Amino acid sequence: MYVAVKGGEAAIRNAHRLLADRRRGNRDVPALRLDQIVEQLSLGVDRVMAEGSLYDRELAALAIVQSRGDLIEAIFLVRAYRTTLPRFGYTRPVDTAAMLVERRISATYKDLPGGQLLGPTFDYTHRLLDPELAAGGAVETPAQRPADAERMSRVSEILAGEGLIEPDGELPVDRDVADITREPLEFPMERDARLQALARGDEGFLLALGYSTQRGYGRTHPFVGEIRIGEVELELDVPELPFAVPLGRVRVTECQMVNQFKGSAKAPPQFTRGYGLVFGQAERKAMAMSLCDRALRAREFGEDVVAPAQDEEFVVSHLDNVQSTGFVEHLKLPHYVDFQAELDLVRRMRAEHGRTPAVGAAETKEAAE
Amino acid sequence: MSARTSEIASYNFAYLDEQTKRMIRRAILKGIAIPGYQVPFASREMPMPYGWGTGGVQITASIIGRDDVLKVIDQGADDTTNAVSIRAFFARVAGVAVTTETAKATIIQTRHRIPEHPLGEGQVLVYQVPIPEPLRYLEPRETETRKMHALEEYGLMHVKLYEDIARHGHIATTYAYPVKVEGRYVMDPSPTPKFDNPKMHMSPALQLFGAGREKRIYALPPYTRVVSLDFEDHPFEVQRFEQPCALCGARNVYLDEVILDDRGGRMFVCSDTDYCEKRRDEGGVAANPFEPDEAAT
Repeated sequence: MYVAVKGGEAAIRNAHRLLADRRRGNRDVPALRLDQIVEQLSLGVDRVMAEGSLYDRELAALAIVQSRGDLIEAIFLVRAYRTTLPRFGYTRPVDTAAMLVERRISATYKDLPGGQLLGPTFDYTHRLLDPELAAGGAVETPAQRPADAERMSRVSEILAGEGLIEPDGELPVDRDVADITREPLEFPMERDARLQALARGDEGFLLALGYSTQRGYGRTHPFVGEIRIGEVELELDVPELPFAVPLGRVRVTECQMVNQFKGSAKAPPQFTRGYGLVFGQAERKAMAMSLCDRALRAREFGEDVVAPAQDEEFVVSHLDNVQSTGFVEHLKLPHYVDFQAELDLVRRMRAEHGRTPAVGAAETKEAAE
Repeated sequence: MSARTSEIASYNFAYLDEQTKRMIRRAILKGIAIPGYQVPFASREMPMPYGWGTGGVQITASIIGRDDVLKVIDQGADDTTNAVSIRAFFARVAGVAVTTETAKATIIQTRHRIPEHPLGEGQVLVYQVPIPEPLRYLEPRETETRKMHALEEYGLMHVKLYEDIARHGHIATTYAYPVKVEGRYVMDPSPTPKFDNPKMHMSPALQLFGAGREKRIYALPPYTRVVSLDFEDHPFEVQRFEQPCALCGARNVYLDEVILDDRGGRMFVCSDTDYCEKRRDEGGVAANPFEPDEAAT
């Protein structure tokens, strides 16, 4: 029996070999190519890029294949790679008003400058399984129109004209923007650090929390001011050069929630905002993120913190799925040294329990804590 | 690795980039300067899951050099799967020599045990820590517990231990048993059984603790006073086993209970596999370095 634990090395080797076999599946079926995943499972790729915090479709696709389609595992693979990359600098803030928009909708205005643009959305599809897809049928080319060259103002800018909505936040001049991948988190957090954490947070966790605010656990009275999806230009300031260097374009999803605010002693009544910005096309995530962002600003607005979604330490400490999955799954690791200590204690206490008269059940229930 | 993969992804010596290693070494130095204090650090994602030793791996990766000899144990054993996996990781990304012999290692990364063989000067023991905050189960908020440490407000912990005694007649904490470091910080010794707590006291080795998911590093410099919390009338005690190791006959060591059949048959064997093997090689008569092995024959 004792020698059974000696097989660790061989067992791991064999487990990896079996895993590789199962990942590949039936060899008669052609192996997936990365470009197939990039092109045809693009929303899965986007989620891996967003929560993996690395904008690289090819690596995300590789991670998806390697993880057998387990997206949290894929996110983990990408994170573990990106963390080893050197940091060259920080881009300038992206101007989402200059976005090359593919989708843009507002729920607060029927029409607005730049118009409403549905884009590639599932929203009005009927969720009927399409057998033709299984047969790989031909697909029509999409309708196109020339892009507008002018900026498409954000809804927040339209409302700001009347002073009805809080302005964009300003970073204090003496402070650099936070970087949660380079500095340890400290509570309470500033909003920039919190938004970074939300942006890479687990979609399911943020979705559930956002939903909870709608059901009354920290209600925020939200309207979708605007959602837009499209490509934005990234620019980097290089000390030796007098101008910002364009680095390329990334696709992002931006959501601005507009929330009622009755005003406080410090601020007049005005609309406040919850903000979501996510790599790729990730509308559900961006919306959930903006609900959570607004809920987490409770302290800033002097609102009572009564619900989980408003509790910064609770939300930010538990939103990262790479951390969550690691710690939950670590329970699989051997714990027999500690379990032995507990066994010993419980045996001793049971022996004593038999000797001492009438110890209430309620008093002993925490014995094995 | 094919040419194609190395083209799109490549890694530094000991996995972490040098900037990150410097950052971690700064946190370690701060931890050494303030024994028992939890230093926040910008923990990185590692290629093994959080909760599986990423804190320890980051510390080891930051201090390891090409001449180091590494030993990795989990539950006291060199051959448990996670220990094998971490050792293989460093063998691969750092190309360092590895060993199972406690005395030959310069760095020992451990989960849940301190080796039975006494550590010496120049050795570094790196602990993997899941929850670095000893007050966490009494107060879940980091903002609160940091304040409690700053004010040296440890009454809550003493009340907890007292309530244990009032209820059960014992302190019902058998592992991760809180210690006080140099009379100042209450520290979690990581979930080692309390049996190992006395080995931390005045150890000639440098002891480093890494909690990756919780982003904390703390340290015990060599020859630091480490005292397990207790009461005058309920002094701290370690676990005692009634029988010696069934394989090597060692007493006063930590034993694992191994179930032999489904009729209640069991045996107790050393949790420290290297120690046990050494003793058996030497005919099972090596003295326990911590206490005279009076009853073993």
